[in-house]
Amino acid sequence: MTAGLAWSDAVTAAQLFAVDPIGTGGVLVRSRAGPVRERWMEMLRAALPPSGPLKHLPLHIADGRLLGGLDLNATLLAGRPVAERGLLAEGDGGVLILAMAERLSSATTVHITAAMDARETIVERDGLSLRMPARFGVIALDEGLDDEFAPGSLGDRLGFHIDLNDVPIREAGEFGMDRAAISAARERLSALRTNAEQVEAMCTAAATLGIVSLRAPILALRVACASAALSGYPAVEHDDIALAARLVLAPRALVVPQEQAPEQSEPPQPPSPDSSGDDSADKDNTDTDRALDEVILAAVQAALPTDVLAALRTSSARSRGRSHGKAGALQKSNKRGRPAGVSRGDLRAGAKLSVIETLRAAAPWQPLRRREAAASGELSRPHILIRKDDFRISRFKQRTETTTIFVVDASGSAALHRLAEAKGAVELLLADCYIRRDQVALIAFRGSAAELLLPPTRSLARAKRCLAGLPGGGGTPLAAGLDAAFALSDSIRRKGQTPTVIVLTDGRANIARDGAQGRPRAEEDAINAARQLRAAAITAVLVDTSPRPGASGGALAKEMGARYLPMPHAEATTLSKAVLASMG
Amino acid sequence: MATAFPFSAIVGQDEMKLALLIAAVDPKVGGVLAFGDRGSGKSTAVRALAALLPKMKVVAGCRYNCNPERPAEFCDECRARAAKGALKSAQVPVPVVDLPLGATEDRVVGALDLERALARGEKAFEPGLLARAHRGFLYIDEANLLEDHLVDLLLDVAASGENVVEREGLSIRHPARFVLVGTGNPEEGELRPQLLDRFGMSTEVKTPNDLASRIEVVRRRDEFDSDTAAFTATWAKEETKLRKKIASARERLPSVNVSDLTLERATKLCMALGTDGLRGELTLMRAARALAALEGKSTVNDEHLRRVAPSALRHRLRRNPLDDSGSSVRVDRAIAEVFG
Repeated sequence: MTAGLAWSDAVTAAQLFAVDPIGTGGVLVRSRAGPVRERWMEMLRAALPPSGPLKHLPLHIADGRLLGGLDLNATLLAGRPVAERGLLAEGDGGVLILAMAERLSSATTVHITAAMDARETIVERDGLSLRMPARFGVIALDEGLDDEFAPGSLGDRLGFHIDLNDVPIREAGEFGMDRAAISAARERLSALRTNAEQVEAMCTAAATLGIVSLRAPILALRVACASAALSGYPAVEHDDIALAARLVLAPRALVVPQEQAPEQSEPPQPPSPDSSGDDSADKDNTDTDRALDEVILAAVQAALPTDVLAALRTSSARSRGRSHGKAGALQKSNKRGRPAGVSRGDLRAGAKLSVIETLRAAAPWQPLRRREAAASGELSRPHILIRKDDFRISRFKQRTETTTIFVVDASGSAALHRLAEAKGAVELLLADCYIRRDQVALIAFRGSAAELLLPPTRSLARAKRCLAGLPGGGGTPLAAGLDAAFALSDSIRRKGQTPTVIVLTDGRANIARDGAQGRPRAEEDAINAARQLRAAAITAVLVDTSPRPGASGGALAKEMGARYLPMPHAEATTLSKAVLASMG
Repeated sequence: MATAFPFSAIVGQDEMKLALLIAAVDPKVGGVLAFGDRGSGKSTAVRALAALLPKMKVVAGCRYNCNPERPAEFCDECRARAAKGALKSAQVPVPVVDLPLGATEDRVVGALDLERALARGEKAFEPGLLARAHRGFLYIDEANLLEDHLVDLLLDVAASGENVVEREGLSIRHPARFVLVGTGNPEEGELRPQLLDRFGMSTEVKTPNDLASRIEVVRRRDEFDSDTAAFTATWAKEETKLRKKIASARERLPSVNVSDLTLERATKLCMALGTDGLRGELTLMRAARALAALEGKSTVNDEHLRRVAPSALRHRLRRNPLDDSGSSVRVDRAIAEVFG
């Protein structure tokens, strides 16, 4: 798919979203901040009706502001609790814009998705219990690089997924948005239905493309209706279904649809739009049911970029594993710290006034203070008399989370010796991590490079699967492994968590950083990489898995500032105990 | 409130639906956990259940949903009023209370009534969600993401059936017995083992993978979204039927027999699986009895045990966090062994 096509799809998505923001869920815009995204946002604003609210949701929004709570000002003035609407309720009937969606905390994500599902927010905070309608569409701006992605549970609920990263500004032509046509389409929308055949075709297509979630076909059908409304058709046509499939299903596809012809054994060629168009035209008159299926698949195939097709073919075995490490990304929310009580205190910078506790503290004294105030002749007194003594400050306990990064040497030399034993030890350590609610990550190095097999996660089952499937063999790019561990530790630190690195290797590096063979350079690079870890003061343990643990492993551990543990010739339990002891 | 999707219109997910119905028939079974894929209808089913439950009798005006037929379990307020004269009773819908993730502790357990304190300078207790959920359901969406201090609080109350509030000079205790219903997606974090144990039944929910039911799910959802009123009307008859079924099962429940042989079978099954404590056997029996009642039978047979065993026992196996051969598989194996 060319950049021009990607842009025109993005424009179409903006129009269709504007027709039905709530039904289509929203748009996930994967793009760095820049003029192309700006232009797209401008067009979207032009397409949306001016009456609906357009709310920006800041990344680190407090729960109180998001969901609503007690309005202090009004409460003090009125002398009774007054509720303040949260951003979700304020967005009712309009659009919410989430910037930096890839950094969204799991708590915020859950509140947003819950409101999208129920179309209302339920507030149980600060002595208030409220239900408020919250029907809105979401624009999630995902600025993630490489392996950072917006939370999957949010993406699942957004109909359109567009990627503007590869669209150059010269391709991003201006399209005029016809607001009148869009609002006319909104009027028509309620009369439009998809028929049984179309529902079936959309589901079949989703299944063929390996899309598990049923929200995808449901959203695609809403998009098809929006498309029909925009074109002014009296009913939903094949074109609308094809467009919806292209916009909604194609970006979620996990499996390349196989051609039906049985004699064709080789994998399908990346289809050019021409050839697939011919295919569907041929069969159009034989069986309408089939034809619709193929219209959809052809539309989707045309929308899949060729390199993605190639990549999908190789990785289709793990089609369900398209979690992109979001499990790890989601869980960083715990660092917000949990309330650890409230205490009397002064309002200094950084202190968080606990409104409700302050009011509670002041409340019982009101009649008394009123009498006092009246006696002393104060005329213009506020409804609530709050004294400095009443101030209550929230205390938070920051729980630092530990992420244990396992760096496993899966090279030929290690495999030969004790890869199985090392795996056993890692499994036992994983069990301990589970008990302590640590997150774990797994990096393996072999051949010429290191690979992040498992981004930080708390899902032990995934860690175990990853480990079990880890093959051994090839060179020992130790430097690459340590570099990867360092990079990951660094990003974990930036999230406010504590990384611990456990390296299991025989220390016999023979592949240098640049992938060249040769022991001396490889060892030098490994030492350099190890020093990085020490310089950053990252807690590390080096487990020497070589059959005769010796000087080389010890030296490396020293450079790393790591605790050195030769793997004893005993079972994995001993090792895991030793590692745990040194980690504290 | 937005109209809930009709329970009977939910396609497939039989295990989860059965577990919810069993909990509706016998709250003593002790809660349902539904863990599974995104978009597989977990929350939909729980919200649908609310609309299905027959009404219950409460003391009119009681803030804690006291049961007028059980004076022994009255809250302090009802006790005081009962001493003065006969209490009036009223029919109310069974509460299905949402515990949203952002809830603050004061709303969960209850706290000083702010309004009365502000307006009149009085100290009065304002009951929280736990009081509202008494004799009903407490629903936690994304239970695995619930904050730890709220989890601790729930564990405590779920174990004792009573909520004790000691704050701001108030000293209140009131009954809080509710069926805990939790849903979540295991990809986003696992549930704390202590909380897991509080659920009577645990079900695994998967997106259907056969095309026909997938199409049916999408079709019904689409119909519901485009014309909610018409869709609800179409299913009203089924809903009424199901509601009646629950009501008659509840009546039948006390008279359902469990033979010694069946009890022995249940015990054998639990022993074969090595579940800790007696909670497994108890839940298994209660669930099987509720199932028998739902089916209009007067005795529990092996088939009932067999059907409820996976959800009643799956989460009680001595957990080896690294064994992903699947607890369901282990339960199935044990069932095959015990029942032959």
